[in-house]
Amino acid sequence: MVRFLVPLGIFVALAAFFVIGLQKDPTLIPSPLLDQQLPAFSMQSLDDEPVPVDHTALAGRPTLLNVWGSWCYNCRVEHDFLMQLSRNDVIDIYGLNWNDAREDARGWLRQFGNPYVASGHDIDGRVAIDFGVYGAPETFLVDGNGTIVHKHIGPLSPDVWLADFVPRLAALDRAVSQ
Amino acid sequence: MIPELGQIALIIALALAALQGTLPLIGAHRGDTAMMSLAKPAALAQFGFVLIAFLILVNAFVTSDFSLQYVATNSNSQLPVMFRVAAVWGAHEGSMLLWILILAVWTSAVALRSRSLPLDISARVLGVLGLLSVGTLLFTLFTSNPFLRLQPAASDGVDLNPLLQDPALIIHPPMLYVGYVGLSVAFAFAIAAMLSGKLDRQWARWTRPWTTAAWVFLTLGISLGSWWAYYELGWGGWWFWDPVENASFMPWLAATALFHSLAVTESRGLFKSWTLLLAIMAFSLSLLGTFLVRSGILVSVHAFASDPARGYFILAFLLVVIGIALALYAWRAPSLDTQAGFEATSRETFLLLNNVLLVIAASLILIGTLYPLFVEALDLGKVSVGKDVFELVFIIPMLPLAFLIGVGMHTTWRTGNLAYVLRQFRWLIAVSLVAGIVVPFAVFGSNNVMTALGIIAAIWIMLASIGAPLKLVRGGTALTRSAVGMHLAHFGVGLFTLGATVVSSFGVEADRSISAGQPVTAAGYTFELRSLEEGQGPNYAFLKGVVDVTKDGKPVATLFPEKRRYQRQESLMTEAGIDGRIARDVFVALGDPLGNDAWSVRLQYKPLIRLIWLGTIVMALGGLLALSDRRYRVASAAKTRVTGAESTKRAETAAPGTA
Repeated sequence: MVRFLVPLGIFVALAAFFVIGLQKDPTLIPSPLLDQQLPAFSMQSLDDEPVPVDHTALAGRPTLLNVWGSWCYNCRVEHDFLMQLSRNDVIDIYGLNWNDAREDARGWLRQFGNPYVASGHDIDGRVAIDFGVYGAPETFLVDGNGTIVHKHIGPLSPDVWLADFVPRLAALDRAVSQ
Repeated sequence: MIPELGQIALIIALALAALQGTLPLIGAHRGDTAMMSLAKPAALAQFGFVLIAFLILVNAFVTSDFSLQYVATNSNSQLPVMFRVAAVWGAHEGSMLLWILILAVWTSAVALRSRSLPLDISARVLGVLGLLSVGTLLFTLFTSNPFLRLQPAASDGVDLNPLLQDPALIIHPPMLYVGYVGLSVAFAFAIAAMLSGKLDRQWARWTRPWTTAAWVFLTLGISLGSWWAYYELGWGGWWFWDPVENASFMPWLAATALFHSLAVTESRGLFKSWTLLLAIMAFSLSLLGTFLVRSGILVSVHAFASDPARGYFILAFLLVVIGIALALYAWRAPSLDTQAGFEATSRETFLLLNNVLLVIAASLILIGTLYPLFVEALDLGKVSVGKDVFELVFIIPMLPLAFLIGVGMHTTWRTGNLAYVLRQFRWLIAVSLVAGIVVPFAVFGSNNVMTALGIIAAIWIMLASIGAPLKLVRGGTALTRSAVGMHLAHFGVGLFTLGATVVSSFGVEADRSISAGQPVTAAGYTFELRSLEEGQGPNYAFLKGVVDVTKDGKPVATLFPEKRRYQRQESLMTEAGIDGRIARDVFVALGDPLGNDAWSVRLQYKPLIRLIWLGTIVMALGGLLALSDRRYRVASAAKTRVTGAESTKRAETAAPGTA
């Protein structure tokens, strides 16, 4: 009675897809910008510094560009870790304040601490579009030549940092010293 | 100290569940009465310990014990007590514990009513339920322990996700879970039947009320979720075909098919393998829903916990449970099936069509939900399947089903005379046709094919479900409660169809800019912003708009749409202002400030939208009425098994309307 085996067959096929699906990270959206030069940008500084935050500020050493907003819950989640990175001088972090009211963003930094060397205020969301931002938080690792080496979607954590950032930073260091 | 007791209680419950899941099954196989008799006390004791663990977690929330990681991430000292209790199931770990508790409640209910069952059947059913408890308890203890301590303890909690701080959300998840998990009882009965190799009409009679009960809860749970999405998410939609919604809807469709199929098995002894397969499918789809939501395998706005370790565990559990069930089905079902003839126009045919169409609908939704996964697994990129596709693939099987309901209710078992049925109801058919074609023009000034078809189907179902029982009563037949329940539930389907058709055809949604003294108009209603007030709720600050709604210069309502900012989570929530009448809703949601004291607002006019939820409530009431039918109470009280001849006689007298 083959027809009684049909449900089992269908289920086995479905299960195979689940096994494959589980190995893929649904948040891993390939960025066309990966291994490309940083798009040119210029944003007004959130702190009203006269110097704009632009792509030249990121040149010369590896940096992080972190997309955040005061409205974003997961930005709050990763914030303590960003503070830790900044306190320990691990890397310079630049902020791309996205889709946010200026006052809200400043209040947020006053309340929770400011891990950024500087944050640019992306008033009309143009810069975020150039970077293909999909949601906040997102973090780009940029090398000294202004090439985007890695993009992480979602909150940063010590685990993510160790797995995805530390090896790449080490590789960059080796490349520089050679 | 106390939270550790909760963990110990769970471990004891696991041991008891393991006992309940092994010895009674072995005993039933060997015919050992002593081993089989262990099932009931083990099940009740397991429930006791799960309840202790659950109450300890509730207590930790109510007393704000922020030394527990789960409490610290999902509660806050400012959170009202009502929501602290609801926060127990506000995230993954607690909702797993709730799942386990509900499974234990269903298991105990079966155990307490098991006196009317033969010992080997009740031992097998409780044994299978025990194995399911083992799986979920292991999952919780190893991957999702709600009793983990936080070192050092937090001074205050992060707060419950503000989206979930809503009265409907206190009861929506438990309701839905009671439905999901309740399908495990029909599943366990199906496995027991296949293990014992006996599947008679009495079996269907035992299984049917459990299925109906689970279905009632599932119906209300889904409906509550839809109602919550409507007024809380601020978009004014009532169904989004989101993976998580689909995950609850697919088991509902399978369960609906299941109890229709059970009706045939109970009354005629047919469709046995269908019934078994549907029982397996309904519960498998519930498990699949849990897997999809918890594993993060599909990205959804509702999926709150995603963790691959959990995903692998649930997948393994799924493979074992569904794999074994379907293998058993392939092995045992062929020998259980009975072949008997019925005419093409008999009630059996209509119920078979009902089964086939519902299964097609569930399968299409499953394919649509998993399509992104298939595409990704085959490395074809990333896609998403939108609302339009789902609506289309859902309507294709459902529209014929809607028309068939009205005919099927009037047919009789075994033989049928379709021409007679249609002749009898020619007036009802004429009225539905006229209503569907003319009324939309008269009320809304326009019509189209899909709208007309939807309204014709809705009116036809409603008229038929009133007409059929009236005819029987006039003919001198006493109606059983289960017959009245069936007609009531079908009437609910009609109400739902009418509401869904009208609101999707004639609903108006408009995004406008509003400021004080500058009224805006949408769908014939004028909205004027009187003022904006700021204030403070228990754990949020709010901005409340006061909006006067008028139509043709006459006041209609004053609405108070709110924007809330929850302090701890720094998130903004929208509370819509809704004036709800049975005929229509007028809906205002505050958007964003546009500068110069202007605000963007979303205005909506939703005719008959309340019928969507009213319809589902009526369906659930129909199910409850059928549950209270005398023959289930009698069947459970009588210890003796009904003989074949007697049950045939009974089934025939109950025939008009047992399905």
